[in-house]
Amino acid sequence: MSTPVTETESAILASLEDFDTLAALESEAIHIFREVAGEFERPVILFSGGKDSTVLLHLALKAFWPAPLPFAVLHVDTGHNLPEVLEFRDRVVEKYGLRLHVAAVEQYLADGRLTERADGIRNPLQTVPLLDAIADNRFDAVFGGGRRDEERSRAKERIFSLRDAFGRWDPKRQRPELWNLYNGRHAPGEHVRVFPLSNWTELDIWRYIARENIDLATIYYAHERPVYQRDGMWMTPGSWGGPRDDEELVVKSVRYRTVGDGSTTGAILSTAATNEDILAEVAASRLTERGATRGDDRVSEAAMEDRKREGYF
Amino acid sequence: MSDLLRLATAGSVDDGKSTLVGRLLFDTKSVLADQIDAVTRASVDRGLSTPDLSLLVDGLRAEREQGITIDVAYRYFATPRRTFVLADTPGHVQYTRNTVSGASTAQLVILLVDARKGVIEQTRRHAAVMALLGVPRLVLAVNKIDLVDDAAGVFAEIAAEFTELTTRLGWAPEDVVEIPVSALHGDNVASRSENTPFYDGPSLIEYLESVPVDADSSGPHQVGLRFPVQYVIRPRTAEHPDYRGYAGQVAAGAVSKGDEVVVLPSGIRSTIERIDTPDGELATAQPGRSVTLILTDDVDISRGDIIASAIDAPEPLDSFDATVCWLGDKPLRPGARLLLKHGTRTTQAIVGALLERFDEQNLAADPDPESLALNDIGRVSVRVADPVVADDYRVNRHTGSFLLIDPSGGNTLAAGLVGDVLTAVEVGTEAGS
Repeated sequence: MSTPVTETESAILASLEDFDTLAALESEAIHIFREVAGEFERPVILFSGGKDSTVLLHLALKAFWPAPLPFAVLHVDTGHNLPEVLEFRDRVVEKYGLRLHVAAVEQYLADGRLTERADGIRNPLQTVPLLDAIADNRFDAVFGGGRRDEERSRAKERIFSLRDAFGRWDPKRQRPELWNLYNGRHAPGEHVRVFPLSNWTELDIWRYIARENIDLATIYYAHERPVYQRDGMWMTPGSWGGPRDDEELVVKSVRYRTVGDGSTTGAILSTAATNEDILAEVAASRLTERGATRGDDRVSEAAMEDRKREGYF
Repeated sequence: MSDLLRLATAGSVDDGKSTLVGRLLFDTKSVLADQIDAVTRASVDRGLSTPDLSLLVDGLRAEREQGITIDVAYRYFATPRRTFVLADTPGHVQYTRNTVSGASTAQLVILLVDARKGVIEQTRRHAAVMALLGVPRLVLAVNKIDLVDDAAGVFAEIAAEFTELTTRLGWAPEDVVEIPVSALHGDNVASRSENTPFYDGPSLIEYLESVPVDADSSGPHQVGLRFPVQYVIRPRTAEHPDYRGYAGQVAAGAVSKGDEVVVLPSGIRSTIERIDTPDGELATAQPGRSVTLILTDDVDISRGDIIASAIDAPEPLDSFDATVCWLGDKPLRPGARLLLKHGTRTTQAIVGALLERFDEQNLAADPDPESLALNDIGRVSVRVADPVVADDYRVNRHTGSFLLIDPSGGNTLAAGLVGDVLTAVEVGTEAGS
């Protein structure tokens, strides 16, 4: 047995103090990005303009610095985005010189490959354009910003999640994931979903955004907006319909906790205008981000699991 | 230092593991109002009068249908003192592979037993797996303590039996604790209970908050630098025309500017010119840290190579003995041609002889087995096409571990531990009995 090779004991102690929870999570995510870059042919990063995918992109840029990002980004556009989110997406793509692919639900509706649902909610319609984009571009690894703390079936998700040729997730046939040795082998036509933020919580995300001073879509910060109330959520009027006759449009100070389909994602009443305000608000919240503002997860006890089995993230 | 503790749970079916995890989440206020509402609604639908906390964690349709946990799930909770990542693993024998997955990264495992049943075969199997995997610390949660008469006597008996078992398996007494709990009622989970006057130790959460966590959970022994090269960063941009950095995560030891290193398996020597990160240079990087190393010499290094300290560089191995936990549905037979993934290197491998199979019931070894079936643990000899730069698993969990992969289907078939890990556990058995 030998002693560690170091300059001084104190240098080690100093570096240990810097290596806190966020630094450990950052290092783990960077390791995952580099494993995928080393082993896959055509990876792509899912980018919705939301906070998780913005953090994901920030970590990816760090993983390959000072080289440019070796991946393209893919946006599945439901056609129900808030304008601020699209503006942010294009600004980020421009700033980092990214290659952007867009899979548009609107196109599928226009040419009849998909039919609008009776409830007007488009999140479930994203699966087909996503799977087509993966197949058409022959993407073999698809990074997503999913976190295991979001939802019970997400808690069961591996960091490297094998999907069959139909993009399906089978929770009973997941590969064991041992140490930090990730197995990315897959047959032609199959692909792997990769979740570098698996071990992050919503609070970790916000602490990291504050610490790294990451630029986000403006809808995450409190602002005045005309909104109407539906199912206990504050909704923005838009092409997705609403307000209905019985729903009153009022101007409120709100912010969004998640970015999603405008027909089913609501804002919360908030005056939190800075990262520090938001950290305090999230820490004190008695509701999960999905429970507070995502109508689609309320459909059934297994709504997310069912969508993931169909190929959703 | 990192305030993150990675832990796992293990235990047999129906010992209340999901309820305990639900209770940990509930008592640390990691469950929010809408999740409680959902569980309360689901409990009422099932005709229950109080919320069933296990529904907080059993999230899959099949799990709710059968009332059991099928797959490892990851939970996050925090107290003012520490953040926890908990791998909640299933108890069924058929899902042992998930227990192995959850425990492979754990710094501590909570094993559950039902106070009415005590230490059973599955407890012994799980403890043996934890010993092989080198889990540094164990907590035995003696659950349903409210359901036994003479709780003091029952607890003392179970604790003594468990201490004897874990000592035989090689743990030091200070690394193992037993706590009497009732997950259903919350006794000794968040706070010490008045219902167990015979117990004067910490509550489960108090213990988890205060147990020392080694910043480097990879092993008890110090080795020099081990840095598997993941990716070579060569921007070839106007700004960085000549940049050549070796990206990776420090697997063991530490690296400092000016250190003498050797690149393996080639054996070329060089010196660390600097340690790069996008946030600036570091003087030193320790295990777990993802960095980019710049060497003073222009040497040929690619993914799969290891940069190691020149002082205690390991020997590249063409063949070695290893302990494997077989996770494949089809049995392992001698002569199998597989892929081996160690660090950032994947190479072809042939499993030569099956040396021993480990009987988890009496902790004895069966020599010269014909095959290893699903969940069997055994010792094998392995030959590899490209040399592997490994340490003994007992010296370092990261550089001593590998996967065996099916070259055709791509599935992970085995968790591998370099060296005579199995024999070490047996020696412990003999010494203690």
